[in-house]
Amino acid sequence: MQNNKKKHHPMEKFLRMDRMPHIWCPSCGLGSIVTAFMKGLGKAEIDINKVAVVSGIGCTGRVAGYVRLDSYHTTHGRAIPFATGLKLANRDLTVAVISGDGDLFAIGGNHLIHAARRNVDINVICVNNFIYGMTGGQNAPTTPLGAYSSTAPYGNYEEPFNLVGVAAAAGASYVARWTALHLRRLTDSIDEMAKKKGFCFLEVVSPCATVFARKNKGGTGLDLLKEYKDRSVIDHSADPQAIPLGMTNEIVCGVFVNKDKPTFWENVENGTSRRVKKEKLYLKDIKIL
Amino acid sequence: MVRSNFHGEFFIQGDIACAEGAIAAGCRFFGGYPITPASEIAERMAFRLPQLDGVFVQFEDEIASMASILGASWAGVKSMTATSGPGISLMLENIGLGMMMETPCVVVNVQRGSPSTGLPTSWGQSDMMQARWGSHGDYGSIAIAPKSPQELFDLTIVAFNYSEKYRLPVFIMTDAVVGHMTEKVVIPTPDKLNVLDRKYTDKKPQEYQPYDCKNSMIPDFAKAGDGYRYHSTGLTHDHRGYPDMSEQCQIQLVNRLIDKIKKNSSDIILTEEKELDGADVVVVSYGITSRTVIPAIHTARKKGIKVGYLRLITVWPFPEEKIKKLSEQVAGFVVPEINMGQVALEVERCAAKNAVTKLVPHPGGGIHKPEDIVKAIQEVAHAK
Repeated sequence: MQNNKKKHHPMEKFLRMDRMPHIWCPSCGLGSIVTAFMKGLGKAEIDINKVAVVSGIGCTGRVAGYVRLDSYHTTHGRAIPFATGLKLANRDLTVAVISGDGDLFAIGGNHLIHAARRNVDINVICVNNFIYGMTGGQNAPTTPLGAYSSTAPYGNYEEPFNLVGVAAAAGASYVARWTALHLRRLTDSIDEMAKKKGFCFLEVVSPCATVFARKNKGGTGLDLLKEYKDRSVIDHSADPQAIPLGMTNEIVCGVFVNKDKPTFWENVENGTSRRVKKEKLYLKDIKIL
Repeated sequence: MVRSNFHGEFFIQGDIACAEGAIAAGCRFFGGYPITPASEIAERMAFRLPQLDGVFVQFEDEIASMASILGASWAGVKSMTATSGPGISLMLENIGLGMMMETPCVVVNVQRGSPSTGLPTSWGQSDMMQARWGSHGDYGSIAIAPKSPQELFDLTIVAFNYSEKYRLPVFIMTDAVVGHMTEKVVIPTPDKLNVLDRKYTDKKPQEYQPYDCKNSMIPDFAKAGDGYRYHSTGLTHDHRGYPDMSEQCQIQLVNRLIDKIKKNSSDIILTEEKELDGADVVVVSYGITSRTVIPAIHTARKKGIKVGYLRLITVWPFPEEKIKKLSEQVAGFVVPEINMGQVALEVERCAAKNAVTKLVPHPGGGIHKPEDIVKAIQEVAHAK
């Protein structure tokens, strides 16, 4: 009988099955994002033993704990500098930072723009659910104007960040935005990022049923997902500065930036190799006083 | 690996000696942010690391610097950062992550006058308790206090060795006087250096558990990219590295983080002792202050007081047993430090039942006058 066969999770090779069930809420977008991430890595055909995932704190911060890779669950906002150290100390690694909008753009915003400026060869996947989920629905730097959160009980009065605009302005080599329902395109972007040199940034608009939908009468997670899908349009040629997200406007998706420029390490090598003597050092090279 | 490709006698600054000590210890990653009086360490590393295929990054702040050296360490490279009080305050959260993930690395604090921005170009020893308790929570801590540029070279190597052996961020607690002092430094040939390389697990990936401590208090290390595919987190975790929010797991983990230092303290603690036998008063000092106490001890001896000298080379873990034992023999301890009483509290705690403890405080910006220390020695001797 077929039913006697033990059912295998299709992703179990890539997941820590001994940690299932995960802590994410039903209809959260994170499950499909993790699936797309692992499929994207598979598509890129890179050695899975050479991939490291670094997360910060929050719902998305828990991704590091579920993927069966070298994975580090660090402090709030500091995944990017941790990942920078990891990558530069072993440049054979493919290093992905998977974290939330609060982690990467509020507490960790400074690290994000500087890592993009340096063009460090890491891939940052920012899951944007417009709110702080883990702590119970507080305002995020992405919460749309007028949206409700537990710390904006009269509606949010702060202008949010346009994440793709910030990443592009700071100098990222690759900037894309999809929703958690664009599974095929999300997988393709992760594949492209895994192969691409330089700082790659991907925003994934993801439904938070438990707090964002509830506080903003968004219905269930599925309703929210469908709403994001209906609001989304694909336009690769869009100017990333011109496509902020709001409560009702279009969610412009696409790969907005995909350019080749020297990475941090290439600049180090190009800039210093001519000037640094490595072969045999004499005292005069040490410049000791 | 080329460790240190030169040796000899040099006339160099303490900060530079520290950087050279790190290089000799095999440090090949430095993440830092400029701050007086520690910037010379970063400048030296920026100059030297590219010569040795190392990585130097000047980060956007001290928070990133600290996070980066943890990441580099997990990639299998010895790493260091250097800063002063305000920078340490920013690093503390990730120092705690380093304690929790058990990440070998070295943090240099060239102490200056404080609190807050304080005295950037002047000195202090007022971050000593911060090195013990600075990051939230309970954990064992190792802090080393060099007194000279020579010791900034030698003890930086010791700090790296401790960080590798006990798997934690180790503090070098120097100050602006020693950091900016220029003195003779002897750099030995590489074969004379005692450098401990990182020991990696010999287990196979399928057998390996990142925090398995069945046989010792210090888990085996596996670096990223070697196929172990392990997880590490700042959350309370079990032997697999998986989060475990149970009381039992918390008890086991926190006790081990403390015990791995406490129960090995005899292996870690370094002191220098002079004329403790028959002493009535013992001057306990560390760092630059251990040099100001010398003339004071000479003066007091001329006055007929039997004074001993105890220098804490490692301040944390604190040499509790030594102080307790001495307290049974002496009238009291004199503890001069460039703060308003930090290490003196520990001396007092350990000596409480038997001997008095006299603090000679100094808020920073200067160093003690020997006569102030002499006065304290006399007071303690006469109280006998």
